[in-house]
Amino acid sequence: MNAVVIQYRKTKSTLFKSVVIFFSLLCTVPLLCILYYIVSKGTKEINWHFLIRLPMPVGEAGGGIANALSGSVIIVLVAAVIAIPLGILGGIYLSENKDKKLAYWSRLSADIVQGIPSVVTGIVVYFWIVKPMEGFSALSGSLALAIMMLPILVRITEETLLRIPNSFKEAALALGVPYHRTMLKVIVPCGLSGILSGALLAVARIAGETAPLLFTAFGNPYMNVNIFKPMQSLPLMIYNYAISPYNQWHNMAWGAAMILLIWILLLNILTKLATKRWRVQL
Amino acid sequence: MDNTLIGQPEKPLLKRRKAKHAMKDVVYEIKKESRFRKTLIIAAISLIILVMAFFITLIIGSIPSFKALGIRFLYGKTWDPVNNIFGAYPFLLGTLITSFLALIISIPFSVSIALFLGEYYPKGWFSNLLKNAIELIAAIPSVIYGFWGLFVLVPIVRQMEMKTAVLPYGVGILTASLILSVMVIPYAASMGLEIVKMTPLKLKEAAYSLGAIRYEVIRTVIFPYAKSGLLAGILLSLGRALGETMAVTMVIGNSSRIPKNIFAPGNTMASVVANEFTEAAGSVYLSALIELGLVLFLVTAIINIAGKSIIKRFSKM
Repeated sequence: MNAVVIQYRKTKSTLFKSVVIFFSLLCTVPLLCILYYIVSKGTKEINWHFLIRLPMPVGEAGGGIANALSGSVIIVLVAAVIAIPLGILGGIYLSENKDKKLAYWSRLSADIVQGIPSVVTGIVVYFWIVKPMEGFSALSGSLALAIMMLPILVRITEETLLRIPNSFKEAALALGVPYHRTMLKVIVPCGLSGILSGALLAVARIAGETAPLLFTAFGNPYMNVNIFKPMQSLPLMIYNYAISPYNQWHNMAWGAAMILLIWILLLNILTKLATKRWRVQL
Repeated sequence: MDNTLIGQPEKPLLKRRKAKHAMKDVVYEIKKESRFRKTLIIAAISLIILVMAFFITLIIGSIPSFKALGIRFLYGKTWDPVNNIFGAYPFLLGTLITSFLALIISIPFSVSIALFLGEYYPKGWFSNLLKNAIELIAAIPSVIYGFWGLFVLVPIVRQMEMKTAVLPYGVGILTASLILSVMVIPYAASMGLEIVKMTPLKLKEAAYSLGAIRYEVIRTVIFPYAKSGLLAGILLSLGRALGETMAVTMVIGNSSRIPKNIFAPGNTMASVVANEFTEAAGSVYLSALIELGLVLFLVTAIINIAGKSIIKRFSKM
């Protein structure tokens, strides 16, 4: 009788374990499927001309994604320039003043900003920049993306700086180094690798965002490097081409999706390498 | 300046000048320091201002709709921009159904992954591979999910629908939920994984020494311990699912009617805004869309605060 009970319990345990393994493995199936589709469809499209040419009208072969690629890079770079200083400063404040009321509220705000749906960010930035300036612009898109980057940067800077031993700061202050020099020349350089990988991660997170760009950068079928004018970006282009009725555009969208995926993967791998090299915990 | 302490006493004039310089330096440093502190405070305040500004912008934007429609906006059943009738009920319903369906589909997966990586195989090349795969799921942009869903998942769902008695749209609430469920798995899984790992070894050892086996330890020790952490992860993924825009917009079918069943095309709040915002003519129409944005903002803010506070309580334990 006892042996039967034990056998039953053991079977139940094994069964549960196999169910867990089954579900864990099952969720990689859609991932593999997506990767397979993008690679198999995308590699057919990608060649040198695809990267450096402008899109052609429907029916003409040989169009490229040069405008979307350059636009994406510009929008993301401007967003990073806006967000990184502010994010790092906010993170320094939070790590230095853990228990102040202001820190509590700004931490809460960072959490809220992180949860804001990207489309809502798009609406708000539309009213802040697009409407007063009377026109869609890449700058407004960058601002929307910068807002989305901010909480990630603040959080990672804070966590990184909190890990740096207090004795570093105490030593610097004891030597008579002023507070701001201690922070900027001792503490921040110690955590620089973590902060940098945080910045990379934030860029990787926003590089594929489409929704906030719909009403801000808007998209542009022509080449444009002026950030005060509408600009095309890779995710926007994928969206517009994917919902279009033309087969040729769908194929181009697969190619663009592959380029976007490669870009984001590279950023993620860089982040990984940086964290591994410097043993930062994100 | 330091030399004066050790070396020969310098000429008084020079000494005074140096001291004056040193004084200036100190004043300069103090000024710089206070400026630095102020900059930090401004950076911290700007985050709060950002949230306030978001809220105020959305409120101001939705005033025309408040005035014209009032509370009817939330339960009105028709959305007809041509005749200026705006009822958000179909979208509220669509958002809730897609999100909760996605959540229900994703929970077994995320809990399994949390147990797999947190309890069964915390180390080794295979679990590393799985961990990277989960991170990759989170890293893929939502527009790519939508694109893939439109060209791969929609035909599959259509095939399935043709075999049953429903209209074979392919696009619809079910398809959107399926895509969403894949996208939200990483959020709940990574949160749950951390909490499962935090289960005290002593508790587990005590259970084992009482004769419990793996499954019983998981059920009686790890689950009760990790319950609130798993709940927080699920809440965060709910927030993610409610606000997800692109993937849903591409596969949900964009119909403003109340969906009859989960196979019918529908619309979520985020997808309506994404689709109609740039085309909205008329102030009430635009403002109704902004009010949808306001609702989304408030709901996701509350869910996020709730989720984070659960985690915070957990990390204090």
